[in-house]
Amino acid sequence: MNEIIAMPPPRTRRNYLELSQLNKTYHTPKGPAVIVNDFNLDIAEGEFVTLIGHSGCGKSTVLSMVAGLSDATSGGMVLAGKEVTGPGPDRGIVFQSPSLLPWLTARENVMLGVEQVFYTATKGERLQIAEYYLSVVGLADSMDKRPAELSQGMRQRVGIARAFALSPKMLLLDEPFGMLDSLTRYELQGVLLDLWRRQRITALMVTHDVDEALYLSDRIVCMTDGPEAEVGDIVEVPFARPRDRVSVMEHPEYYALRECLIEFLEIHAHHKKRIALPKPASTTSAAA
Amino acid sequence: MKSFKFDYIILPFVGIALCIAIWAIIAGKPITKVSIDDFGDKVTKTVRVGLSEDLPSPTEAWAASKLYVTQPLAKRGELDQGMLRFTWLSLKLVVQGYAIALLIGTPIGFMLGLSPAFAKMFDPIIQILRPVSPLAWLPLGMVLFLSAKFTVPGMGEYTASDLAAIFTIAVCSMWPTVLNTAVGVRAVPQDFLNVAKVLKLSRSKTLFKVLLPATLPYMFTGFRLSLGIAWLVIVAAEMLTGRPGVGGFLWQQYNALSYSHIILCILTIGVVGYVLDRLMSVVERRFKTI
Repeated sequence: MNEIIAMPPPRTRRNYLELSQLNKTYHTPKGPAVIVNDFNLDIAEGEFVTLIGHSGCGKSTVLSMVAGLSDATSGGMVLAGKEVTGPGPDRGIVFQSPSLLPWLTARENVMLGVEQVFYTATKGERLQIAEYYLSVVGLADSMDKRPAELSQGMRQRVGIARAFALSPKMLLLDEPFGMLDSLTRYELQGVLLDLWRRQRITALMVTHDVDEALYLSDRIVCMTDGPEAEVGDIVEVPFARPRDRVSVMEHPEYYALRECLIEFLEIHAHHKKRIALPKPASTTSAAA
Repeated sequence: MKSFKFDYIILPFVGIALCIAIWAIIAGKPITKVSIDDFGDKVTKTVRVGLSEDLPSPTEAWAASKLYVTQPLAKRGELDQGMLRFTWLSLKLVVQGYAIALLIGTPIGFMLGLSPAFAKMFDPIIQILRPVSPLAWLPLGMVLFLSAKFTVPGMGEYTASDLAAIFTIAVCSMWPTVLNTAVGVRAVPQDFLNVAKVLKLSRSKTLFKVLLPATLPYMFTGFRLSLGIAWLVIVAAEMLTGRPGVGGFLWQQYNALSYSHIILCILTIGVVGYVLDRLMSVVERRFKTI
C-alpha cells in the first residue's frame, strides 16, 4: 500500500489517466532486466502530477511508455476512457532537449504539430493557433528564427508552445528544464504554470528537482530506485493555486514537504526496500 | 612558419614555382651535337638529355600547348579541339552519368539506412562491387549496350560507347552517395524521429519533413565525393572508347608521341576537378541543415 501523506486525495474524482501494473523488462544477454515493475498510478483530469526519483530509476521510462514511445512489457494504460497503444498527438510532450527540427523556424516547428491535429482548420486558423502559443510563451518577436538562433531557454519555450498548441488531452514533461540554468529554469516554470493555468491540461512531469516538483504539482509520486522501480510514496501538495514562488516558499508546510521528499530520495539511494516516511505533521511545527 | 601579409596568395605561388622548378630539372633538354663523320662532313645531331629525356620542359610544354589554351573553343578535328571544347564534351558525359548515379544511389541509400533487412540483403554486394575499377566496368558496359543506338531529341545520338561510358560513370560514382545517405539516415537523431512519432506524421511527411532534411548534409557529402569520382572515371572511359574529350585527347596524344599535351590534359583535368569540388562544397554549405 502506498502511504499517503498530507491531505488524502478526494476519492470522488474521476480517473483520467490510469496506469495499471505497468512493467518494463529488457531482455539482455544476462537475462531479463526489470526496469519498472508493477507501476500503478491514477491521475485525475486537470491534475498536475510529478514523478520524482533518482536518475536511472525508471521515471523517464514510465513517461515514455505513457507517451507511447516505448512499449510496456505488460500492464495497461487508459487515457480518457481509451486504451493507450502507441504515440499520438493527443499527448503533448516536452522533451528534455527541446528536440526542435533545426531546419524549421520556431513557427514552422509549432505548425508541424498544429497541421497534424487541426487538419480541418484553414491555413490561416492554424497559423493563428501556432502564433498564439508562441506569443504566450514570449516568442512573439522570434517566430521566424531557427533553433540555432535561439537560446536554450527560448528553444524550450518553443517546445512548450509546440506541446500546448496540439490542445492535447495530456501533457507529458520529461525533465523539461533539466538542461537550463536556474534563472532560466525559474522563468520557464512560470511560463509553464501560466499556460497550464489557462488550460488545465492534465500533466505528468518527470524531474529530480524537488523544488520544481513542489512548485508545479498537485501530487508528487516518489519512485523507488531501479531496477524494479515502482511507486514509493505519493505526496499531496497542499499549496493553493494560482501559485507564485514566494507564497509557495513561505507556506508553513513547504520545508516539511521538501525535507520529506529529500529524505525519501536519500533513503532510496541506498536501500531498495521501501521505508515508511515520517508524517510531515510532526515536522510542520518545527518548520513553521 | 610565421604568417605574413598576403601569405595566402604568395605562398601558393611559391609552391607552384617550386614544383615547376623540379619539373624543369627532371625534364629533358635538347642538345645539338656537332660532329665530323667519316666523310669529313659536319653533321649536327639533336639529342635530348636529362633525368627523363623525353619529358618536355615547362617552356616546351607551354609552347606546344599554347594553341589549345589560347583558342579554347577551336575545332580543327574530332580529336583536335580547344581545351574548353574538350572539357565541355567530357563534362556533358559526366553530368549524365552523375545524374543517374544520384537518382539511383540516393533511394538505395535511404533503403539501406531505413531497412535493416534490405541492408543485410545488399550490403555484401555493394561492398564487393564498390572497389571495382572503372576500367573493369567499361567492357561490361560495352557488352550491355552492344547493339543499342538511339537518338534522344535535343541530346543527340547515343552509341554503344556513349552508353557504356555513362554506365561506367554512374556505377562507379554511385557508391559514396549510397553509403553516405545510408549513414546519414541511420544518424538521424532519435529526438527527431520521436517528434515525428508523437505527432503521428504520415510516412511521406516523416520522409520529406524529418528524414530528408536531417540526412541532407550527409547526402551532399556523398554527392560531392561522387562528383569527384565521376570526373575521375571520365578519363578512363574516354581512353578506352576513344571518344573526343579531355581523356580521349590525352590518350590520343600519348599515342601520337606529343607528350606536352599529356601534361596539358592532366592540368586541365585537375583544374576542372578542383572547380567542380569547390562548386559542390558551395552547394553543400547551402544545404547544411544541422
